[in-house]
Amino acid sequence: MSLLQLNGVKVHFPVRRGILFDRTVGHVYAVDGVSLSVEPGQTYGLVGESGCGKTTLGRAVLRLVDVTDGEVVFDGTDLAKLPDEEMRRFRRRLQMVFQDPLGSLNPRQNIESILSEGMEAHGIGANQAERRERIRGILARVGLPANALSRYPHEFSGGQRQRIGIARALVLEPDVIICDEPVSALDVSIQAQVINLLEELQQEMGLTYVVIAHDLAVVRHISDVVGVMYLGSLVEEAPSDTLYAEPRHPYTRALMSAVPVPDPEVEDNRERILLTGDLPSPANPPAGCRFHTRCPWKQETRCATDRPELRDLGGGHRVACHWAEEIADGRISPTHNAAQVVHGGHTEPAEPAGSAESTGAAAAVNTGKTEKAATAAE
Amino acid sequence: MALLSVDELTVTFTQRGRRDVKAVSGVSFDVDQGQVVGLVGESGCGKSVTSLALMGLLPSRGVKVGGRADFDGTDLLTLSGRRMRDLRGSQLAMIFQDPLSSLNPVVPIGVQVTEILTRHRRLKGEAARKEAASLLDRVGIPDPDRRLKEYPHQLSGGMRQRALIAMAVACAPRLLIADEPTTALDVTIQAQILELLKELVDQEGTALLMITHDLGVVAGLCDQVNVLYAGKVVESAARRELFEAPTHPYANGLLGSIPRLDAPRGEPLRPVRGSINDTIAWEDGCAFAPRCDHYTLECLQGTPVLGEPRKPGHQVRCVNPVLSGGAAELRRSVLPEPDEVPGADAAADGTGPEGDGPVEKADPAEKDAVETAGTAEKEAGA
Repeated sequence: MSLLQLNGVKVHFPVRRGILFDRTVGHVYAVDGVSLSVEPGQTYGLVGESGCGKTTLGRAVLRLVDVTDGEVVFDGTDLAKLPDEEMRRFRRRLQMVFQDPLGSLNPRQNIESILSEGMEAHGIGANQAERRERIRGILARVGLPANALSRYPHEFSGGQRQRIGIARALVLEPDVIICDEPVSALDVSIQAQVINLLEELQQEMGLTYVVIAHDLAVVRHISDVVGVMYLGSLVEEAPSDTLYAEPRHPYTRALMSAVPVPDPEVEDNRERILLTGDLPSPANPPAGCRFHTRCPWKQETRCATDRPELRDLGGGHRVACHWAEEIADGRISPTHNAAQVVHGGHTEPAEPAGSAESTGAAAAVNTGKTEKAATAAE
Repeated sequence: MALLSVDELTVTFTQRGRRDVKAVSGVSFDVDQGQVVGLVGESGCGKSVTSLALMGLLPSRGVKVGGRADFDGTDLLTLSGRRMRDLRGSQLAMIFQDPLSSLNPVVPIGVQVTEILTRHRRLKGEAARKEAASLLDRVGIPDPDRRLKEYPHQLSGGMRQRALIAMAVACAPRLLIADEPTTALDVTIQAQILELLKELVDQEGTALLMITHDLGVVAGLCDQVNVLYAGKVVESAARRELFEAPTHPYANGLLGSIPRLDAPRGEPLRPVRGSINDTIAWEDGCAFAPRCDHYTLECLQGTPVLGEPRKPGHQVRCVNPVLSGGAAELRRSVLPEPDEVPGADAAADGTGPEGDGPVEKADPAEKDAVETAGTAEKEAGA
């Protein structure tokens, strides 16, 4: 039985225009039909580029934004339809760690006040002394000194502030913590400390995480299952090892090939799928498959007209692509010129220069010839 | 003779009533024609200040700049404002991190691009507009004629960065300084921009000084890499050499703390403990010593010098270099033996509870030892 289950969750923001009449002229389809389930004790990672709706989805689970349609079932209760007061009580069990550790801590509250506020609201601890005792324990666990209690957020470094954010979630003994970009504001050496802390806490307390991040390497490292989002919907979901070994959606493949690996050997020899153009606007998403305007494997039929549903490929691997099997078997090659495939160090235009005509927002970049970049290094 | 040769560059920020802050304390490196040189480090290591000093963009008040930076025979650091302005934009150009705040929001892109052409190449009117359109086209902006009339907010992040690159290469500069050019961008857009920069270097022979915190970007792009820590180069090596054998404990620790997309899962990361705030002045010893798992009392005998403990040309500023480990080992998915790298298992075991900043649960005695030794050293020096 899943602890958290999302069924066709949609979050649409109205776009209003006009001074007198305030008409709604359209919607931004931030999250458009996402279904997924999170097992207890597991980490579910959500990745995608900016504007794909991953943060909105996280906030929708906590009802920090209104859910337009669909169900958010947590432990048997549909949170999407819960009255506000009952939802407030449920938030003890669902907590969030935010991206910007300074922006999410009130600069005028000291750490004790920040951490005890939630406990007071949920009636945890009989009096302040009891609460303080408990806060001390949690602070020690996340690696902060006891004298932090009377200090203010600005006195701490970025990594420590993120530990305060984690402590604030932990004092309420939640079941699920939603971490929205928990390490992206931190330096790499500090990132690793916070990632390790999150993993240790999960083992000790049996926490369930939903980790939202844009960094595929971080998400793969800490997640058991990874979901890849593009323009408001899930395009692929798989156990994280499977996802890395066999990415089936063209977008996942492009995303993975774009992540730089700190190893020259790998960087020089791998194939890189360069997507062209930018993310289409979520206010006016393309018809059919949302990725078809940038997809290197786009086919004449179905892609532009039918919106693919997530299909199960077995082993918990779900993908939303009409042609996933054909692409995996190599029966379809990336003929489309909206992207180019770059082999380590070389730039080889997928199409001869001159015939570069692209569809939609996409346009062929740098179809020029490039000398081998790696030669200079060797 | 290298195109740009930076020698013992120092930048000190002064403020009345406060102690001087040394942001850059003696950085030296060379950049050759057609070469990509990386300056890598975390926030506060002085990488951006180095680039601003080279471009003459630091404020004149409250900043002391020392050392030399020879660009084709002229010292950039002592040039007059007027001569610097002639060089900047034509011979030297810079790309900044945040493309939105480095473009003027109330001026169309076209005017901003042609401004440079008018200033340095004396192009006017239709000729300048045509040249600007062809520049935008060259950096991969579709429909350049329309884009020239648009304002920065109408362009996407990747497009803005392309426009900035177009402005930077407008006069075919000989040296391009890119300060975190892809940090604000998504990975797929980052890949596009890096490919574009690579192409510029290959086709034009432009020298590129790449400033970044991302070791992945460095691995794919740079020929020579300088790792900075607290305002000094701690390791300098050719790209492959550095990643095969990161020898300074800091460089080694950085590589160990990055989750890799292609590494086996289940291994905990090996973070560098503490934070950049745990440091000592370079004069007293190695600034990295308080965070280092390898330090001995020798580390506190004044500034360590750059040595070549491994290979000629691979310079390391450390008295106790790490002589094993690195990307090659990670690739074979074998962690270094604990006795070879004393830090490895200690870091893996107890990093969670170890704080950054002044919070130092583990080894408080060790840290005290460093500090007392540091002060003792100071006193002895006095």
